[in-house]
Amino acid sequence: MKTLKKTSLAALISVSALMSASVMANDGPVKLGLMLPYSGTYTALGEAITNGLKLAIEQEGGQLGGREVAYVQLDSEADPSKAPQNMSRLVNRDEVDFVIGPVHSGVAMGMLRVAQQTGAIMIIPNAGLGAATNELCMPNVFRTSFSMWQDSYPMGKVAYDQGHREIVTITWDYAGGKEDLAGFEEAFTAEGGEIVEQILVPFPSTEFQSYLTQIASIAPDAVYTFFAGGGGVGFVRDYASAGLKESIPLLGSGFLTEGNLVALGDAGEGVLTTLHYAETLENEQNQAFVAAYESAYGEMPDTYAVQGYDTGMMLVQALSVLGGDISDQERLIDVLANVQLASPRGPLRFSDSHHPIQNVYLREIRDGKHEVVSIAAENLEVPDEACRM
Amino acid sequence: MDLAFFSVQLLNGLQYGLLLFLIASGLTLIFGIMGIINLAHGAMYMIGAYLVYDLTMRLGNFWLAIVVAIPIAIALGLIIERLFLDTLYKRDHLYQVLLTFGMILVLNEVQRIIWGGNVHSVPVPAPFDSSIQLTSNLRYSVYRLFVMGVCLALAGVIYWIIRHTRLGIIIRAGAVNRDMVEGLGINVRTLFTLIFSAGVALTAFAGMIAAPLTSITPGMGDSILITCFVVVVIGGIGSIKGAFWGAIIIGMATTFGSVLIPSLASMVIYLIMAAVLLVKPRGLFA
Repeated sequence: MKTLKKTSLAALISVSALMSASVMANDGPVKLGLMLPYSGTYTALGEAITNGLKLAIEQEGGQLGGREVAYVQLDSEADPSKAPQNMSRLVNRDEVDFVIGPVHSGVAMGMLRVAQQTGAIMIIPNAGLGAATNELCMPNVFRTSFSMWQDSYPMGKVAYDQGHREIVTITWDYAGGKEDLAGFEEAFTAEGGEIVEQILVPFPSTEFQSYLTQIASIAPDAVYTFFAGGGGVGFVRDYASAGLKESIPLLGSGFLTEGNLVALGDAGEGVLTTLHYAETLENEQNQAFVAAYESAYGEMPDTYAVQGYDTGMMLVQALSVLGGDISDQERLIDVLANVQLASPRGPLRFSDSHHPIQNVYLREIRDGKHEVVSIAAENLEVPDEACRM
Repeated sequence: MDLAFFSVQLLNGLQYGLLLFLIASGLTLIFGIMGIINLAHGAMYMIGAYLVYDLTMRLGNFWLAIVVAIPIAIALGLIIERLFLDTLYKRDHLYQVLLTFGMILVLNEVQRIIWGGNVHSVPVPAPFDSSIQLTSNLRYSVYRLFVMGVCLALAGVIYWIIRHTRLGIIIRAGAVNRDMVEGLGINVRTLFTLIFSAGVALTAFAGMIAAPLTSITPGMGDSILITCFVVVVIGGIGSIKGAFWGAIIIGMATTFGSVLIPSLASMVIYLIMAAVLLVKPRGLFA
């Protein structure tokens, strides 16, 4: 009897020792590598994404799948030339479990190369270049944001349905702007509309006066535009002060006005944009999110904050399914790909190319807020036809 | 291209050119007379815009904000000249380039710490917050016309000082031969401090009056700096007259280039610079 007791005790000890050994690898904190801009033009975006991400994880008690979370924050400086080196540092030296970033599409290109070489799991919380989930798609890369096409394509039909037939488009002469315009044009011309002039402004010029004179002399039914940040504010304000807003409706990608409502002031009133989020969305998740974000950071969240938040929620959901065990990467990828979120932006799930399938909303600025006019496209999937994985 | 379209574009080009002149005039003075390549000149333009934004928010009045912001800009110029440039006059240009480049980084970072990464704007101030009808569907902001007027007036004042005052004679002489001016018993040290502060004040003032027209963003001075160097090089280093005509040429070229030859729009000003330098290697008015 005594020997039996002894043996069973020994067995128990060895089993528990064995168990703790196997847990060891998955016992430390989950390391999240944040590669976002914390300086320069995109600072506000990087900070909003970080705030949203941390809020989601804080709401789960600061844990992912029962494990503590460690953040490694690295300033991407929105500098494409430093991207491969920065990401290698996160993956190889800091040995993070997930790389979250970037904001800037150029930086994303550099990061994708490293993601391919190392197989590191990368979640893109902003950059909208189509190629990331199309030509360059890979199993270990996910996007929780948008692609230029996804946000501009629905506006093409909206514009036509509003009775516009001849439209002038204008953007910066760079890849992101042209991708955005291409999405709009695809839908608008398929309906039967015509792009009478496409104006490309040298990047990053914010001197729009001569283009506005040109638009006035063409006198189209409407103008569709993609500008962002300071360019967006400058364009919308110049457009209004040139008196064009009354005669020629201004349509745009949501990034034209996102995060800039205060700076736009009265000039923004009435501008129509399409985007996958609006701070006024009336669903339970969004109301709770807006309240929580405001009390945590003292300001209204924007799209960037939601994209960070959903990145956090995606990790929360996946790691709770896995019980915190991320040692089997194939299974981890599988679980991540099957994440379905009731996001503040509406339902969100992933396509085969790991791109979000989500609603795109038609928004109008009224009283300094993006009011939702309608759902411009419901559960819109991006046709990533070149994606093979 | 009909006449109305052409005239409005002419107006656009003139307005942009005059604003460029305000920034470039300070740059050319500092460059031509003191021999300082001030890379931080654009950052001072940005600081001017942010100062007036901040003060407008605090004081609730744009004009009052400008009145308060100008002495701050002058003081900034004084501090930089006395504290940092003073020791570098005798050294090679490279030291000044390095120092003023460092200042860009520091000023940009200071801007970010104080005002953050968000885009800001200043409402167009009364009584100029209206517009006049130019063509059937195009209005022109009265404030833009006001800015043109102010820039023209300042150009006149600067021209008068340089051409018709004793100070102007010294400045012109200093641009040609510094040692000679010193030999005549003029305190070049004080002259330099004066010119540098005036240059900083001019560019900061340009940022201030441009604030209601533009969006105030981090790094907004970086791109305008390059354009202003082109202006200074075309006009001839150190020449106020050159800065004026250089700015008008670049303003017009940018405006008409972007409409008439859009594919070359981003290159137009450099093509003009190359053409001018081929014919007059020292610039048009040097």
